[in-house]
Amino acid sequence: MVFFGSISGKTMVSKQTFTFNVNGQQHTVESFPIARLLDVLREELQLTGTKEGCGEGECGACTVQIDGQIVNSCLVPVAQAQGTTIKTIEGVAKDDQLNAVQQAFIDFGGAQCGICTPGMILAAVDLLERNPQPTEIDIRNGLAGNLCRCTGYMKIFESVVRACQQ
Amino acid sequence: MRGYVPSYQLLTPTSLREALSMLADEPGVWKPFAGGTDLMVLLEAGRLQHCNYINIWPLDELHHIQVTENHITLGGLTTYTEIQSNPILRSEFPMLCQAASETGGLAIQNRGTLGGNIVNASPAADSPPALLAYDAEIELTSTQSSRWISYHGFHTGYKEMQLEANELLTRIRLPRQTSNCLHYYRKVGTRKAQAISKVCLAALGRKEGTRISDIRIAFGSVAPIVIRCVSTESQLRGKPLDASTMKLARESLIKEIAPIDDVRSTAAYRLRVAANLLVDFLNDLQSS
Amino acid sequence: MFNRIGKSVPRKEGRKKVTGQALYVDDLTFPDMLHGATVRSPVARGRIRNISFEGDLPWDEFVVVTARDIPGANHVALILEDQPYLAADFVNHPEEPVVLLAHKNKYLLEEARRRVKIDIEELPAVLSLDDSLTKKEIVWGDDNVFKTFLVDKGNVDEAWAQADFIVEGEYETGAQEQLYIENNGAIAIARPGEGVTVLGSMQCPYYVHKALIKLFDLPEHQVRVIQAETGGGFGGKEEYPSLITGHAALLAWKSGKPVKLIYDRAEDMVATTKRHPSRTHHKTGVTKNGKLVAMQIDFVIDGGAYCTLSPVVLSRGTIHAAGPYVCSNVRIKSRAMATNVPPHGAFRGFGAPQSIFALERHMNKVAEAVGLAPDEFRRRNFIHEGETTATSQLIREPVDMNHLLDRAFEFSDYHRKRDTFAKENHSSRVKKGIGFATFMHGAGFTGSGEVYLQSVVGCEATPEGKVLILAASTEIGQGTNTIFSQIAADTLRLDFDTIEVVQPDTNKVPNSGPTVASRTSMVVGKLVESAALSLKQTLIGSGLLPDTYGQSDFQHACAAYIEKFGPLKTSAKYQPPPNVHWDDAKYQGDAYGAYAWAVYVAEVSFDELTYEAHVKDFVALQEVGKVINPVLASGQIEGGVAQAIGFTLFENVVWKDGRMANNQMTNYIIPTPADIPPIRVFFEETPYQYGPGGAKGIGELPMDGAAPAILNAIENATGITFNRIPLMPEAMMEQVEPNLDEVSTTSL
Repeated sequence: MVFFGSISGKTMVSKQTFTFNVNGQQHTVESFPIARLLDVLREELQLTGTKEGCGEGECGACTVQIDGQIVNSCLVPVAQAQGTTIKTIEGVAKDDQLNAVQQAFIDFGGAQCGICTPGMILAAVDLLERNPQPTEIDIRNGLAGNLCRCTGYMKIFESVVRACQQ
Repeated sequence: MRGYVPSYQLLTPTSLREALSMLADEPGVWKPFAGGTDLMVLLEAGRLQHCNYINIWPLDELHHIQVTENHITLGGLTTYTEIQSNPILRSEFPMLCQAASETGGLAIQNRGTLGGNIVNASPAADSPPALLAYDAEIELTSTQSSRWISYHGFHTGYKEMQLEANELLTRIRLPRQTSNCLHYYRKVGTRKAQAISKVCLAALGRKEGTRISDIRIAFGSVAPIVIRCVSTESQLRGKPLDASTMKLARESLIKEIAPIDDVRSTAAYRLRVAANLLVDFLNDLQSS
Repeated sequence: MFNRIGKSVPRKEGRKKVTGQALYVDDLTFPDMLHGATVRSPVARGRIRNISFEGDLPWDEFVVVTARDIPGANHVALILEDQPYLAADFVNHPEEPVVLLAHKNKYLLEEARRRVKIDIEELPAVLSLDDSLTKKEIVWGDDNVFKTFLVDKGNVDEAWAQADFIVEGEYETGAQEQLYIENNGAIAIARPGEGVTVLGSMQCPYYVHKALIKLFDLPEHQVRVIQAETGGGFGGKEEYPSLITGHAALLAWKSGKPVKLIYDRAEDMVATTKRHPSRTHHKTGVTKNGKLVAMQIDFVIDGGAYCTLSPVVLSRGTIHAAGPYVCSNVRIKSRAMATNVPPHGAFRGFGAPQSIFALERHMNKVAEAVGLAPDEFRRRNFIHEGETTATSQLIREPVDMNHLLDRAFEFSDYHRKRDTFAKENHSSRVKKGIGFATFMHGAGFTGSGEVYLQSVVGCEATPEGKVLILAASTEIGQGTNTIFSQIAADTLRLDFDTIEVVQPDTNKVPNSGPTVASRTSMVVGKLVESAALSLKQTLIGSGLLPDTYGQSDFQHACAAYIEKFGPLKTSAKYQPPPNVHWDDAKYQGDAYGAYAWAVYVAEVSFDELTYEAHVKDFVALQEVGKVINPVLASGQIEGGVAQAIGFTLFENVVWKDGRMANNQMTNYIIPTPADIPPIRVFFEETPYQYGPGGAKGIGELPMDGAAPAILNAIENATGITFNRIPLMPEAMMEQVEPNLDEVSTTSL
């Protein structure tokens, strides 16, 4: 084990190097291995579209995709991102062309304050990748890990339905 | 983030063998770190006591599902998402699939693992009651040996279990003996998704004529550990499915479980709802 | 191209929100920035003996602020001057701020926070409304009372004689956490001699401005407050940001460096404001024909340890306590009490959901006593145009509650369902029920409030023909940017995209008042309309713009005007509608400029196995004047109803020694996408003369009606009366099957 220094009786480990692909770009970071992927994305890579709502995997505001599966980035230590391919909200639109889900969230009121929106959109995009024609129950279950306090969810459901019709 | 991130080590071994060597070489120093869905919550809250972890998540040896004639065997890192999509589990072990589908949201299900859930040893865990009812066995592996033990009995007290410091929970297997059974799984958690259970029942029953020929009852959130209610089972086995048996079930169960008051619910509620669910299961069995 | 009002124009800032480009306070950084943390009281009440800094931490690297470092007045300037920024000698609630720390390393900062020890000599605390009312200890002022109101219409004492029935009931509501998904946070840049600038998540930049001027004893122009993109508020960012921005600024002032102070979820839940818990006692006199003759209402709220906004919350709750009914004799006595819990504060509805819950449960009880169906009883007492409310406000607009009730019943299939459920329930383990509530909600500040506020909105044209709206009213998700742009675009007959709403910044925008009280569209929107109209008239009056014009005419005119005369800027100041009078001493008169009127119907199921109730269908029908943007408006209603469903059936603040014990999203549960029923929203539109395009306020309304509608439905399903929310399954069990207690006693 490699340690350096200590603070207030706590041993400190050294930072390690991790490499992964985010939104099509390869990144290498120096981080403490248990640092949250959420913090690495926001603070090291300045990808602040991924939000922190609770820090305990409950609200889904920090949702990103790793290797094609959504995760709560507040619960993923950066060591587990090593070698993976990550998609964040910044990578959902293709250049200036919004994803159908993003456009539907604008047109049908799926976003209000916007803080749950990046995570919600990642979850919705993920759902439609797996299931292009979801039923209402599929939508509710697919988004069940993402909390919104503004919309009462109705317009989020509608936005997802409309996005499928594109 | 209330945890002091710089003090936590998380090393990634290249193989299961290397992981087991780390456990063996420095007994008690290292603990496994699987999908992180429990440990990272503790870290955030500043309550993650242990500091040195082995990142087992990337180990392919622990990600698999194998089906043989008599068993289905799941790698320790089988996720809830993988559980739900397996056709054999869906047809023969529906309670496990239902438990997996009711654990957190999809992002948790993609990351939470069955082995991690067992070793985390929460009495409110959703899958363990189903594992108990299905007579699951678990494989504990060290550099020296590997042993299969019954999952029932593995937990010995709150967050205590029969796991040596050099051992890793590597596989879980379920005997394929669920034909002609009624499977009853119900998690009660106030809200429909993302809930931590207040009471959770996984029960399996079979009847011959009007009598109970086989019954297995497991509860979550009503005792310091997820509990298999063997005493109630033995009281009920062979009994007719009638009103007096329902009463007996209720009386026996409340002697066997010991729920508590906490921020999520009350002991009185848990006790009564547990009994209600058991009776509901017996009613379903009667009318099945 | 015109007539944007009434159209679902897409949200102005939608694109940056769906792409992750919108910048919230935690997304911002500054060179050399430190992170701040707050060290809080571990106990409910006591005297501070000592503060020590322990452990082998490099304490000299930390910026440490205590009450002694405050340059100006150590209180949050709001209504009273009782709440300190940092406790100096005494603490009055758990989690009260005592010490502030800053360091560049966030992880180390947390370690340090744990190692500051506040030694406190504990004093007896008051932790319940009862203990406060009975003065078990005096913990505030002479009598624990922050504020009282008395509304006295007619003569209640004499009216009891006319009653054939007198019906009493008591109703309680619990605390509720706003649970915006973005926690409270602020960044401050401050330097003695230069002034203070703060950026933060907030609803009311000028509240913060006023508070920081006092805190630092600075002239107005040396304090600058900028609203960052704000991730929900619901009242939770009405008064609290004055505290957190002040804390960040104190650390910045002392260190000379930018300081970011962001709460995590656990801190936000445990330390910041919640909805006031309440208790309401009703005594109602009614004739055998079902006419109300006397209503006596005693309404009490728990304000927590400091006054904050409790008097205003109490006021709104008081005025709404008698609802949309006519009664000649009404007496409403109300009190806001002090306890040693963290101060309760603004939350959507602002006292009205509490008193309306009580009233709409009680109306069902009175109906039953008289032997009338709950709808028929209400129909006999609804208020109409030309009649007066409890504050003797003459209703001058057409109001047809009967029609609203008919429509809501039609959409919800109320009567058929009620009959069907009555037939089917006895043979089913899952009982179904349907219930409703009828209510109103006043928009804008109460009484003379809007006159005192003197809100101002500015409008400025650029040489490129862009029109800037200058207002301190914040976009917090409810649609301010879009609504203001629609109003200005229609007034100026320009493209929607020509209008820009300037980010609220006290250096740039006038004080259009706080973003609260359902006032932004109706009151401030009207000022936007006036300021835009004035801009148009200025251009036309200058001879540079013809009476009928196109987009390019407008642009040329702006360029020419600015070239010739300099900046083209207009403003509008609040003018009350005519004939509005309010008597603050007697609490009589025109309490609000306009009311929204509503009927909400809830369908529920109740599972006898688990004692859980679920809402299966919800109809929300309201008359809100002209709807400016149907998608945004229905979004407000749906969101409010969902929050109210949480208030009713999910959200239980567990108190332990005056402290929230379940301060995690795992244990304080709000509805998920899987929990919310279809919420079906219907608008009736009767344009309001003094609102922009005829609009009234809607933001708070949907918080009011769901709780009583749901409990009325549960009563319909189970035949059991529940009068306290949140109504958790544990409480329902106690009432549904109290006789099963031998089960629990034998085993526990």
